[in-house]
Amino acid sequence: MRDKKISFNNLEKFLYQPSVFMILTGAALAVLLIVPWLGLNSYLMNIVVKVAIYITLALGLNILVGYTGLVSLGQAGFVAVGAYATTILTKVYGWNFFTSLIVCVVLAAAVGIVIGLPSLRLTGTYLSIITLGFGEIIRTVIIVWEPLTNGPMGIRGIPRPALGGITFTMANSGMYYLSLLLMLLVMLFCRTLVRSKTGRALRAVKGDETAAVMMGINVTYYKVLAFVLAAVISALAGSLYSTQLGYIDQNTFTFDMSTIILSIVILGGMGTLRGMVIGSIILILLPELSRSLTDYRFVIYGLILILMMRFRPQGILGWKSRLPYPIRKTVIERISGPQNQTADDGETNHA
Amino acid sequence: MREPLLDIKDISISFGGISAVEDVSLNISKNEIVSLIGPNGAGKTTVFNILTGVYLPDSGEIYFKGERIDRKRPQTIVKKGISRTFQNIRLFKDMQVIENVLVGTHTRTHYSLFDSTFRTRKFRKEEDEKIYKAIEILKILGLENKKDEYAGDLPYGDQRKAEIARAIATGAELILLDEPAAGMNPQETDELLNCIRYIRSLGYTILLIEHDMRVVMNISDRIYVLDDGKLIAEGLPEAVANNPRVIKAYLGGELHVGN
Repeated sequence: MRDKKISFNNLEKFLYQPSVFMILTGAALAVLLIVPWLGLNSYLMNIVVKVAIYITLALGLNILVGYTGLVSLGQAGFVAVGAYATTILTKVYGWNFFTSLIVCVVLAAAVGIVIGLPSLRLTGTYLSIITLGFGEIIRTVIIVWEPLTNGPMGIRGIPRPALGGITFTMANSGMYYLSLLLMLLVMLFCRTLVRSKTGRALRAVKGDETAAVMMGINVTYYKVLAFVLAAVISALAGSLYSTQLGYIDQNTFTFDMSTIILSIVILGGMGTLRGMVIGSIILILLPELSRSLTDYRFVIYGLILILMMRFRPQGILGWKSRLPYPIRKTVIERISGPQNQTADDGETNHA
Repeated sequence: MREPLLDIKDISISFGGISAVEDVSLNISKNEIVSLIGPNGAGKTTVFNILTGVYLPDSGEIYFKGERIDRKRPQTIVKKGISRTFQNIRLFKDMQVIENVLVGTHTRTHYSLFDSTFRTRKFRKEEDEKIYKAIEILKILGLENKKDEYAGDLPYGDQRKAEIARAIATGAELILLDEPAAGMNPQETDELLNCIRYIRSLGYTILLIEHDMRVVMNISDRIYVLDDGKLIAEGLPEAVANNPRVIKAYLGGELHVGN
């Protein structure tokens, strides 16, 4: 067991060496870029795009669940806000898709603040129930606010995104590249977030709220911020998702969607980025691949989750990284440079 | 007389009619090591909680560097320069030791989400500076070789030290240590004493809650004794140790100070 662990650490170290990591990332990017030329049929391409969108959604929820420790069961609500905002602006008011994203971001942030506020008083299960309620409220609003949302009839013929004469469709792979771009941007954002004051504050809130307060962290601010970030990312993915589907109604954004996003985060490995990728691939591909099993697929689905919870609760790729904290060369040189006054004191050598 | 760094004037607090702390006054000068001792339930940790803004006192005033700080929020008090450790260790277990210390620098790290997202020069400069500072602090506590370990994986004594490192990282001048030697073996305790002395030599001021009499008598410049929410004695270690009220209330018998 111990030996296995050590060899795993070595493998991790090897994989994350700057040169190896660059090559692997480059290779992965190259593969992603040529996917449209692999001759996949439109059905498979649709699934690929769906996977990319769900990775983005999971990355958003991961900020809440994985970093900040706030479990949201209403993520579909944020997706709906983004989808409807964009759809209404482009279809009814003739806005450009990309301009409408600005409104979508602002709106999602505002909703995120409103939903984030109860989280200041509630924790754990109680908060989850509130978010669950939020998801259902959004669905009800969609049904009732007919003049704007067309109610239960839904909105069809949602225009594809277009920019400078180019329309991003499934046929010309524009949708694929657009969803890939959004996914990569969100991934980069999350990466920069973790290694920053903000990311550390969020993780501190998850680790121990009282201690976080005592370190001067404004817990209120960071909890709401986590909700806002998750909301904005979900809404952006939702905008894209609606143009892929071409038709949305209140049943597009059910509790099932929230559950799938949450399952991806848990299955893949909370608090990791790699986990979101593997989680989405499994949970989005599996139901499609096992369509022939009809009713039995839900048995397999449930079985996988149960086995995971029993044998790998941290998620498939949810290991604790053993890599040293990244420190820039200039700082290392400054530290290991001429020994300063601490060396002659003797007190420091007792470790 | 020179103005004390911390001046607590007649603070009282009660919970549901039960008085936890009653008219406690206490002052600390810069660069002193002062201990607050007393039997279990005497209200020591409550005093810490009032000092750090967790509880609002029912009455009384607290001045830090001449500025009134009672009724301020905990975050504000940290920024003013008071930081603490906890009786039951409260590290961020799933974060590396250096990340724990970096969390300590939070209030003094000045860049926005925009800066960190786009890795601006300001971000790199601030972050490098704080990482450098964090490692310097870890060196003080002899933890620099364990900076990449997860806080939860550290041995007990090191966890205590990591908490102290995190408290120092806030940039505090006054550090409140809540039973730092609890659960430590004699060797670890000696190490800790050296650590605390060394920290003081760097210019920090320390207020200590401690049960281990060896620690208290060894290291304190002055001692305050709390019993049942009230101060019953204060003064130099020898004087306090020989004070009959203290012996009666706290030690339950005679105390032999070392040497």
